[in-house]
Amino acid sequence: MRSKLNFFSDEKFRSIFFQTLVIGLFALGIFFIVQTTAYNLEKRNIATGWRFLTDPAGFDISFSPFIDFKSTDTHLDVYFVGVLNTLLVSVCGCIAATILGFLVGIIRLSSNWLLVRVAYIYVEFTRNVPLLLQIILWYSILIQLPRVKQSLEFLDVFFISNRGIYSPRPVFETGFSYVFISIILAFISSFFIRRWAKKRQDDTGKQFPVLSSAFGLIIIVPLILYFIIGSPLSFDYPALKGFNFKGGMVIRPEFIAMFLALTIYTAAFISETVRSGILSVTKGQREASASLGLKKSWIMRLIIIPQALRVIVPPLTSQYLNLTKNSSLGIAVGYADLVHGFGGISLNQTGQAIECMVIVMATYLTISLTISVFMNIYNRSIQFKEK
Amino acid sequence: MNEITESRKPPVATTGILGWLRMNLFSNWINSLISLFVLYILIQFVPWILNWTIFAADFKYNFNGEQIINREMCSRVLDPENGGACWAIIYVRFYQFMYGFYPRDEVWRVNLSYAMLVVAVVPLLFDKFPFRKHFLKFTYIFPIIAFFLLNGGFGLESVSTNKWGGLLVTLVLGCTGIALAFPLGIVLALGRRSNLPVISTMCTLFIEFIRGVPLITLLFFGMVMLPLFLPEGVNMDGLARVLVAVTLFQSAYMAEVIRGGLQAIPQGQYEAARSIGLSYWQMNMKVVLPQAIRISIPSIVNTSIGLFKDTTLVIIVGLLDLLGIGRGALADTTWLGLAYEVYFFVSLVFFIFTFAMSRYSLYLEKKLKTGINMGAD
Repeated sequence: MRSKLNFFSDEKFRSIFFQTLVIGLFALGIFFIVQTTAYNLEKRNIATGWRFLTDPAGFDISFSPFIDFKSTDTHLDVYFVGVLNTLLVSVCGCIAATILGFLVGIIRLSSNWLLVRVAYIYVEFTRNVPLLLQIILWYSILIQLPRVKQSLEFLDVFFISNRGIYSPRPVFETGFSYVFISIILAFISSFFIRRWAKKRQDDTGKQFPVLSSAFGLIIIVPLILYFIIGSPLSFDYPALKGFNFKGGMVIRPEFIAMFLALTIYTAAFISETVRSGILSVTKGQREASASLGLKKSWIMRLIIIPQALRVIVPPLTSQYLNLTKNSSLGIAVGYADLVHGFGGISLNQTGQAIECMVIVMATYLTISLTISVFMNIYNRSIQFKEK
Repeated sequence: MNEITESRKPPVATTGILGWLRMNLFSNWINSLISLFVLYILIQFVPWILNWTIFAADFKYNFNGEQIINREMCSRVLDPENGGACWAIIYVRFYQFMYGFYPRDEVWRVNLSYAMLVVAVVPLLFDKFPFRKHFLKFTYIFPIIAFFLLNGGFGLESVSTNKWGGLLVTLVLGCTGIALAFPLGIVLALGRRSNLPVISTMCTLFIEFIRGVPLITLLFFGMVMLPLFLPEGVNMDGLARVLVAVTLFQSAYMAEVIRGGLQAIPQGQYEAARSIGLSYWQMNMKVVLPQAIRISIPSIVNTSIGLFKDTTLVIIVGLLDLLGIGRGALADTTWLGLAYEVYFFVSLVFFIFTFAMSRYSLYLEKKLKTGINMGAD
């Protein structure tokens, strides 16, 4: 008979014992680290706290398309510029990588042998070379473009040089906000039209030209409004003055290098998930829909893609997360993102290593979680619903 | 009257060279246009690339037959129209690319480690390897031997890690990261699936935290924050601090992969193991993990490829891996402007390693598919 006194063989007791032990050890470790850190900080005369956030930064940021940043602005502004730059390159990269990835994924399943081989070589080369190397390579190509004085011109308004791409900047005058509001309203109403049309088709079988009506709402209505108000939009053209361009809008080579490298690298991975997703739809589905007499483009759009998406979306989510995290490599080419601007320059200037790293990590965690939440919602909406 | 119907034409050939071409390149007019377009671009580019990298390139001597010792002697600097790549920069710096600044008298130690790495890894990869069991014993003690061999000790002169560089650092980071992350990943994966709420919460939080932040922030953490956490007198050198960050990073990803394998094991396996009286650890070590790891090896190799590529990030915190040595070579004024050669070479080295690893993982996947069916036996 098992002795009741032998606590250790009791599963419940053992579980509580081990968990208490782990918590205790963990707390002890934290206590030890906090103690040594406090001691080390004191010895190095580093004051902890968040006051440095409101101190003037004292350095310039070359690429800040959303906030007009001056060196007298605070470290908190550096943080916001960094977050916006990180989000900018991530969002642009995700969109472009998705398009390119789907394209390459579909190409790899096409019947053209040559195209399939070229796509395969592209995927293998970009997937197997470190992203950091690709970013640096793109950057080194971009800064070998002609100098500003000899910059390549397109249509007399776009200038490409080793300082980036200069293009006209739209200037919104009074009244443009109405056009902008009408565009937003058009998007919202198109969305509802689509829902209504789908419901009507489900109920009565009648179709409604959703695409052309949405096109009319989104493009033509704002365009008419635009001319009625009296063209409230003008452009500020870049012009060569002295050694640099004045006016206009500039996209820096750091951004272009980051964008190209992230897009091309991630698209290779996305193309693989797209390919396996499409392959996961069984041949019978294709044959069945063909025997129903559906057009080839319909088979793809109505039968294959909806089923493939169920397989594609989860790995696609992790690719978006990877791309966003990889945008932190901007530091290698001086792209002023979160890590380079706030976690790099601000950290070095203020010496507030712990505070800066905590903020940077917390921000990335927030971004990652947000992406996963939204993609999970989308994922749930496309999963197979049994009726 | 009976009319003789006109005989039908024979079907289009689908065999032979012409048939193949028709099937695969010119099946309809869109395909034909695409094929011609791709062909045109390939004809434009491939000869140019081959010419630049091989036929018009300098390897050791330029077109005058002189040995190249600086950029001015490269054919492509002397004659920008016809000159190809100038691989002399790789030739001159080859030692650094392979060993960094490791003392030349001691370099046999690195070479011996490279050779032993092959002996330790190859039997691990192929389970049909002759005398595999005995070789695997060597695999277990190899890290210890390599550590003393590279670092010094037992009568060997000590070589500090800041002299290490190039492929040596890349391999040390990659191999150590993978080797240490593997057991850690198993523990984390088991922890996350544990019934004990405290342990599973802690493991989940750790894994999700690491996976939610970029590696570069962890490297910064290792570089700027780790020294603050350590008591006075304890010093870790740069390589060790980076290794801590890389290992923690990789272990979280490894844990998720192994968890995937654990989830694929049918519940019956757990129950059967429990019913014959195995304890938790016996069940995992003898029944569940061997099967789970077996099916997750392809994914483990894939995350390892990711780690191997990510080791380049250490240049941002100042270590000189392969890419770091390359950038150092470019900063040297005697070789300024040969960026493409250096980046091409570094890419090629990485490509060889990662492509081999990805082929290996494909080979494993194929073998697993034809292998024993899990759970059914």
